[in-house]
Amino acid sequence: VNFIEKTLAGLSGAMDHAATAEAVAGGGGWLQRLDPRAKLCGLLPLIFAAAVSRRLVVTLAIFAFALMLALSSRVPLALLAKRVWLGVFLFTGAIVTPALFLTPGPVLWRWPGLGWTLTSTGLTAAARLVARAETAATLGVLLVLCTPWPRLLQALRVLRLPVVLVAVLGMTHRYIHLFCRTALDMFEARRSRLLARLRGRERRLLYASSAGVLIGKSLQLGEEVHQAMRSRGFRAEFRLMDEFAMHGRDWLALGLLLAAAAAAFRLG
Amino acid sequence: MHIPDGYLSPSTCAVLYAGAAPFWYVALRKVRRTLHGRGIPLLSLFSAASFVIMMFNVPLPGGTTGHAVGMTLAAIVLGPWGAVLAISIALLIQAVFFGDGGITAFGANCFNMAVVGAWVAWFVYRLAAAGAPVDSRRRVAAAAVAGYVAINAAAACAAVEFGLQPALFRDAAGAPLYAPYPLKIALPAMLAGHLTFAGLAEAILGAGAVAWLQRAEPSLLRVGEGSGAAGAVRTRPLWLALAGLMIATPLGLLAAGAAWGEWGVEELHDPASRAAIAAASGGVAPPAEVPHGLARLASLWTAPIPDYAPAFLKSEVYGYVMSAVLGTGLILLACLLLGRLPGPRPKARRDRRAARVEPSP
Repeated sequence: VNFIEKTLAGLSGAMDHAATAEAVAGGGGWLQRLDPRAKLCGLLPLIFAAAVSRRLVVTLAIFAFALMLALSSRVPLALLAKRVWLGVFLFTGAIVTPALFLTPGPVLWRWPGLGWTLTSTGLTAAARLVARAETAATLGVLLVLCTPWPRLLQALRVLRLPVVLVAVLGMTHRYIHLFCRTALDMFEARRSRLLARLRGRERRLLYASSAGVLIGKSLQLGEEVHQAMRSRGFRAEFRLMDEFAMHGRDWLALGLLLAAAAAAFRLG
Repeated sequence: MHIPDGYLSPSTCAVLYAGAAPFWYVALRKVRRTLHGRGIPLLSLFSAASFVIMMFNVPLPGGTTGHAVGMTLAAIVLGPWGAVLAISIALLIQAVFFGDGGITAFGANCFNMAVVGAWVAWFVYRLAAAGAPVDSRRRVAAAAVAGYVAINAAAACAAVEFGLQPALFRDAAGAPLYAPYPLKIALPAMLAGHLTFAGLAEAILGAGAVAWLQRAEPSLLRVGEGSGAAGAVRTRPLWLALAGLMIATPLGLLAAGAAWGEWGVEELHDPASRAAIAAASGGVAPPAEVPHGLARLASLWTAPIPDYAPAFLKSEVYGYVMSAVLGTGLILLACLLLGRLPGPRPKARRDRRAARVEPSP
C-alpha cells in the first residue's frame, strides 16, 4: 500500500470517527443527557485520578466504573475496543514489554535459552502502566463520544479558558472537516490519474505540494472568513451562546463522579 | 512523541503545564495584538490545516512512511509565537478528539512539541537562512535542518521526562510507578526513532513545503518574519538580560580560590594556594618552582584592570560591575566597527547601477 492509499485511509478514518462520534453523542444514554459542564467537571478529575493512581486495584476499579458509564450511555463496547483499547494496548504494550525483563526484582520466570528473567517488579510496573493508560483513554473518549463537540467547547469556559481560545478551538474543529474533505479530494484526484507507481522523489513532491496547497488555502480562507466576520459586524470580541442549565439530575451525576474521583484519590 | 496519560507523574505533568503556560499566555497576547481580529480565523484555519497535514503519510526513502508534526512549517509561516498556539491547538484536538496524547500529559506534549519544537525550528531556520533571499535553495535546506533538529530536540525533552520517572517515583517494592525506563535507555530509544524516520519526515515536510511555497506563494514565507518576535528581532529583552548579567557579576566573588589552570606566579609561590591547587588536582602537587616559560611570559603584559578590580575603586563589588560594563562596551564597540567594514554590494543595488550605466536600446 503506497502513501496515497495510507493517507486516504487515515483521512477517511478520521471522517468516519467524527461521524460515529456525532451519532453516539446524539444518542439518549445517561452521559448524553447530562449538562456538558457536569460531565466535564466530573470526568476530568476521574481521568486525573486514573492517570495518577498508584495501586493496580484502584485503576481497575476506575476502569470498571468507566465500563458501567459506557454501558449506561449506550456506547458500544466493540467501538471502545476498536478505537481505544486495542490501540493503547499495542502502543503501551510495545513500550513496556522490555521493562518486564529489564526491571530488576524477584524472578518469576526465565526465558529458556536466552536467559532473560521476567521479574515481578517489571510485571507490576507494566501492568500498572497499561491499566492506567487504558483507563484514562477510555474516560477521555467517553467524554468526547457522549458530548457534541460545540457543546463540549462551550463547557470549557467553566475551566476559565479564555473565550478567544474557545472560539479558535471551535473554528479549528469546523475547518478540520473541510480540509479533510479537500485533502481527500486532492489525493483521490491524483490517484485516479495515476497509471504507474510513483518514484520516491515524485511521491515526496506530491506530498509537499499537497501540504503547501492546504497551507495556502488555509491562509487565503482565513482572510476571507475574517472579511465575512467583519461584514457581519465583528469587532474582535467574542460572545458565546451559553444555553446551559444545571438540573437536579446534573448535580447528582456531578456529585457521583466527583465522589468516585475522590475515593480513587484517597485509595491511591 | 505524543505522551499518553499515566506515563508521567502528576508533579511532572504540573511542572510541564506550568512551563508551557507562560508561552501560551504571551503567544495569545501577541497574536491578539499583532494580528487584531484577523488573527483568530487565520490561526484557526492554519491549525486545522496543520492537523490534517499531520495525518498525511510522509513518503520516506526506502518505501516506508511516517508522520510529521508540522512544527517547522508553522514556525516558518506564522513565526514562533503563532506556531506555539497553532501546534498546541492541533495537539489539544488530537488529544481530546482522537485520544492521541493524554489529557494530563497535554502540558508535557505542548512543552515538547509546541514550545521547544517550534522555537528550536524557528531559531535554526533563521540562523541557517539568515540573509538568504526568499527564493533561495538555502531556505529549503534551512527548513530541512530546522525540522530535523526541532523534532529531535522535542524527542530529547520527552526522553528526559520519561527517563526521570523511575529515578524519582517508585513504590515500596521498588517498581517504577510511571514510565519504567531510566535515562540511559529512554534517551537512546527515543532518539533512535527520531534521528532516523521521524526526523526525516519532519525535514521532508519543512523542505518540501518551503520549496513549494517559494514557487507558488512566496509571500507566505515573509509572513512569519514580520510577526511578533520574528522579523525585526526585538532586542529589548536581550539588553535587559545583558544588564542583569552585568549587575550579577559580583557573584564571581563567591567562588573561592583561582580557577583551575589559571594560576598566576604568586599563586604558585604561596603555600596556601599550592595546597588548594594540589587538592583541586587530585592530590598532584604543582612543581616546586614556577616553570621558566610561565614566569617569563607572565610579565609580558600587565592588564589595565587586573583581577577585575580597578586600583581607584575600593569596593570589589563595584569593581566587578564596572569591569563588566567596560568589557561589554568594548565588545559592542568592536562589533559596531566590524559592521562598518565594507562588504559585498547587495545584488539589487548592483543590478540597479548596472541598469543605469547600460545604454538603452
